[in-house]
Amino acid sequence: MNIHEHQAKALLKSFGAPVAEGVAIYSADEAADAAKSLPGPLYVVKSQIHAGGRGKGKFKELGPDAKGGVRLAKSIDDVVAHAKEMLGNTLVTKQTGPAGKQVNRLYIEDGADIARELYLSLLVDRTTGRVAFVVSTEGGMDIEAVAEETPDKIISLSIDPDAGVTASDVKALSDALALTGEARNDATKLFPILYKAFTETDMSLLEVNPLIVMDNGRLRVLDAKVSFDNNAAFRHADLAPLRDMSEEDEKEIEASKFDLAYVALDGNIGCMVNGAGLAMSTMDIIKLYGAEPANFLDVGGGATTEKVTAAFKIITADPAVEGILVNIFGGIMRCDVIAEGVIAAVKEVGLKVPLVVRLEGTRVKEGKEILDKSGLNVISADDLDDAAQKIVTAVKNA
Amino acid sequence: MSILVNKDTKVLVQGLTGKTGTFHTEQALAYYGTQMVGGTHPKKGGQTWTSGLDGSASLPIFTTVAEGRDKTGANASVIYVPPAGAAAAILEAIEAEIELIVCITEGVPVLDMVKVKRALEKSNSRLLGPNCPGVLTPEECKIGIMPGSIFSKGSVGIVSRSGTLTYEAVFQTTNEGLGQTTAVGIGGDPVKGTEFIDMLEMFLADDATKSIIMIGEIGGSAEEDAAQFLIDEAKKGRKKPMAGFIAGLTAPKGRTMGHAGAVISGGKGGAEDKIAAMEAAGINVSKSPARIGKTLTEVLKG
Repeated sequence: MNIHEHQAKALLKSFGAPVAEGVAIYSADEAADAAKSLPGPLYVVKSQIHAGGRGKGKFKELGPDAKGGVRLAKSIDDVVAHAKEMLGNTLVTKQTGPAGKQVNRLYIEDGADIARELYLSLLVDRTTGRVAFVVSTEGGMDIEAVAEETPDKIISLSIDPDAGVTASDVKALSDALALTGEARNDATKLFPILYKAFTETDMSLLEVNPLIVMDNGRLRVLDAKVSFDNNAAFRHADLAPLRDMSEEDEKEIEASKFDLAYVALDGNIGCMVNGAGLAMSTMDIIKLYGAEPANFLDVGGGATTEKVTAAFKIITADPAVEGILVNIFGGIMRCDVIAEGVIAAVKEVGLKVPLVVRLEGTRVKEGKEILDKSGLNVISADDLDDAAQKIVTAVKNA
Repeated sequence: MSILVNKDTKVLVQGLTGKTGTFHTEQALAYYGTQMVGGTHPKKGGQTWTSGLDGSASLPIFTTVAEGRDKTGANASVIYVPPAGAAAAILEAIEAEIELIVCITEGVPVLDMVKVKRALEKSNSRLLGPNCPGVLTPEECKIGIMPGSIFSKGSVGIVSRSGTLTYEAVFQTTNEGLGQTTAVGIGGDPVKGTEFIDMLEMFLADDATKSIIMIGEIGGSAEEDAAQFLIDEAKKGRKKPMAGFIAGLTAPKGRTMGHAGAVISGGKGGAEDKIAAMEAAGINVSKSPARIGKTLTEVLKG
């Protein structure tokens, strides 16, 4: 689960991290009061969407010369004017794709005088199997570009989970960021605070870009991006209200209700598969035979008839879908359960596009029999190659 | 020969009394008499589990893994407990010095696995998974959820991050008449007990394994690390014919594709890089997941 910047900052503040004062607003009417509650005289008006590159982003509805998704304001009137221009409009950034994202909330923040911009993130390093700090003196810009052009300017430090952030870890990170004086002193508190926030709330990513050294020499978290590990949601009921459904694909929200792993894609062949690896491969093989997958969908190991029905409905609800490929290799998943689910779904929502089904593994004979006896117009396939070719051909000829 | 498990492997089931544990224990008992020796449950110690298949099999339930190991001589355990308790179950098995721990559970919080990984470093236990289908040596021992019917005894060692793609590789090598020595699912999570390299090392050392299939997917750099390992070993004269497959060529960046570990992030972990690294190590990488077995046959024919 991703959350907005203002939520991430509030969370980090609750752990004791230094962040600016700020207020989230949902309509331009709230802008003046929000700004008045801040010290001033400099304000920052920040679009709250789940995508990076906001500063350099452009609003679709405004002219090419209009300012981006993060704006400086030198008066309360300025704040109000920006809020009116930004709210409700569509921000297109490097990360949103050409469709962009509607800005439904803004964060009005107290401005800061920036001396240096640094990069800091925490993530789980798969190679070491530990939480790692990734830091760079090149903050405030696209870290992937830094990694590409000057990889030696990015330093990664894994933390021993038994020991936590030690004094020598703090020293190594402070040296890597060339921190001195007050900032170095702030870091002795900040690094352990960020690690604590990360581990106690089960984050999967905490990115502070930039972490700034202000003119007064102090450290401040100027931007914050936080993602949580969905697998740990069961022990963080308190974080659930931070979810913003308007940032998610409707079909993906529906899928998540049934615990289905679903990712919407741009193609025209819907897929229903068991197992993540096989589901990805099914997308790949559709592409190999010259078509594009409409989605990734893993019904998982222990799917019930209801779950399969729900999955089928989500696929058929996508108007872009011109054909459906069901690919099941049953281990835990039984082929007869899949067959019954498909039939139940077709009876409920109808079948207007070609459907190819490939079943293999546990109870394959029973599964195939159920489909054969159903009288449905199902094209059966022997293996994945056969299945992919059949659905691609069927869609082309439809 | 085989790797990791054989007819002498004695298996305890952590989470035996649940629906999943019961179903797969019945399947394992029915598979060439895999030595399932007991189960554990903190509150049901002293009771007996009875198979639902024909009611003829029964297994003792112990309060702890340590007790189960002491009373049965178990050297392996398989974990079917729900995600919230999975890490504690693994840690208990490590504590009880179980040699091989296989965690089937999907959805274990990654920071729980960070703690588990640290504990593994200080132990002699090996963990497969979590989020894996288990390990199977044909006609000897089945631990986990792989369908036994698609296996045949033979000469191919199979290692994979994906469960269902393991089945594909097993089924295809059976159809090719090659059969398997052992198939190992290492799991789809970002932090896990065992990576490719350890399994490749075992397959290289196993005389019965004449060829190897390695199946990876997007995310992380384990395939690249494995490719480098194979290149280094080949220089020492250790080399076996290999076919491979990588899932996720069409996966969009930044999206997690079902497996918690299957995500292309920061420009790293894409399928193209992995395929290139594997090919550089002499692995014949199949473009189609339906042709992994055939690809290996072609490699073996030269």
